[in-house]
Amino acid sequence: MSASSPVTFTWGGFYEGFRLVLPLLPSFAPFGMVVGVLSAGEGLSLLEAGVMSAMVFAGTSQLVALGAWGSPVPVLAVTLAVFVINMRMAPMSAALAPWFNGLQGWRLWASLFTVTDHSFALSVNEMRRGKRDAALLLGLGVPSWLSWVAMVCLGHVLAGVVTLRPGHPLLFAGLATMCALLVTLWRGRGDMLPWGVAGAVGLTVQAMGLGQPWPVLAGALIGSAAGAWRDRSRA
Amino acid sequence: MNLRPDVLLAIFCMALATYAARAGGYAVLRLWRPPRFVEAMLTHMPGCIFVSFILPSVAAGGPWHVLAAGVAVVMMVFTRMLTASLLAGVGALWFMLG
Repeated sequence: MSASSPVTFTWGGFYEGFRLVLPLLPSFAPFGMVVGVLSAGEGLSLLEAGVMSAMVFAGTSQLVALGAWGSPVPVLAVTLAVFVINMRMAPMSAALAPWFNGLQGWRLWASLFTVTDHSFALSVNEMRRGKRDAALLLGLGVPSWLSWVAMVCLGHVLAGVVTLRPGHPLLFAGLATMCALLVTLWRGRGDMLPWGVAGAVGLTVQAMGLGQPWPVLAGALIGSAAGAWRDRSRA
Repeated sequence: MNLRPDVLLAIFCMALATYAARAGGYAVLRLWRPPRFVEAMLTHMPGCIFVSFILPSVAAGGPWHVLAAGVAVVMMVFTRMLTASLLAGVGALWFMLG
C-alpha cells in the first residue's frame, strides 16, 4: 500500500467494480424488501421510503430507525440511533485512505457516500492487490445504491402481498454474504491474533448487554491494536 | 405520494448523521497524520471490523445461525464463489429451520 504510483479514476476501474458487485446484488433484495414493507407499515409513502433509502443508504440503520418511528417522527431519537449504528463505517473510510487521498472534489465526496460493508470488503481486497484505480468504489457503489432503492420501493409496493417476517431465513442473506467476504479478507496466519481478539471482544461486549455498534467498535479497535502491537514487537 | 415535512426533516438528519459517520473516519486522517501505531492498526482494521460485526450478530441468532454461517464460510474457502456461498448459507439455515 505504498504511495509509489498515483491513484487514478477511470471508466475501466468503474467497470471493474461493477463486474465485482453484480453477483452480490441479489443478496440485498430480501433485506431491502423488508425495509420497504416496514416503512409501509409505519405509514411512510412510497416517495418517502424511496427518498430515505436514496439519502441514507444504510440498511441496518434504516431498519432500527423504522423501529423507533412514530407520528410526529422522533427526529432526535432516530438520528442518534442511525449515527450510532453507522459509526462502524468511520474506520472503513479511514482504512481506504490510500485511495481517498488521491481524490478531490465530487469524486471524493461521492466515493465516500458509497462506502458500505460489502463495497468496503471488495475494495480493500483490490487495494491490497495493488490496484490504484479509485473509480472502482463508485463502480461498486452506484449499482448497489440503485438496487437498494429499487428493492425498498418494491417491498413498499408489495407490502400486504408478501409476508417476509423478521427471522425469515432469506434475511440471513446479508450475514451470509459478509461471512463469504470475510474469507476473502484473510491474509494468512498473521491474521489469527487480531481476528481472534476482535471476535472475543465483540462477543464479550454483546454478552454485557450492549447491542451494535458497541461490539463491532470495541472489537475492531482492540483487535487491530492487538495486531499492531504484535507487528511492532516483531519488527 | 406525499412528502411530509417532519418525515423529510427526519430523513435529512438521518442522512447527515450517516454521511458524517462514513466520511468522518477518513476526514480525521486527512487533517491529522496518525502515528505509526495507528497506521499499523488500520491495516488490521478490515478483517477485525467484519469478525466483530459478524460473530455477535450470528451468535445472537442461535446455534442454527452459527452453523449456517459456518456453511457459508466453508463453501467460500473451497469454491471462492460468493453467490454459491451465500446461497449455501441461506439454504442451510432454511433447511435447518424448515
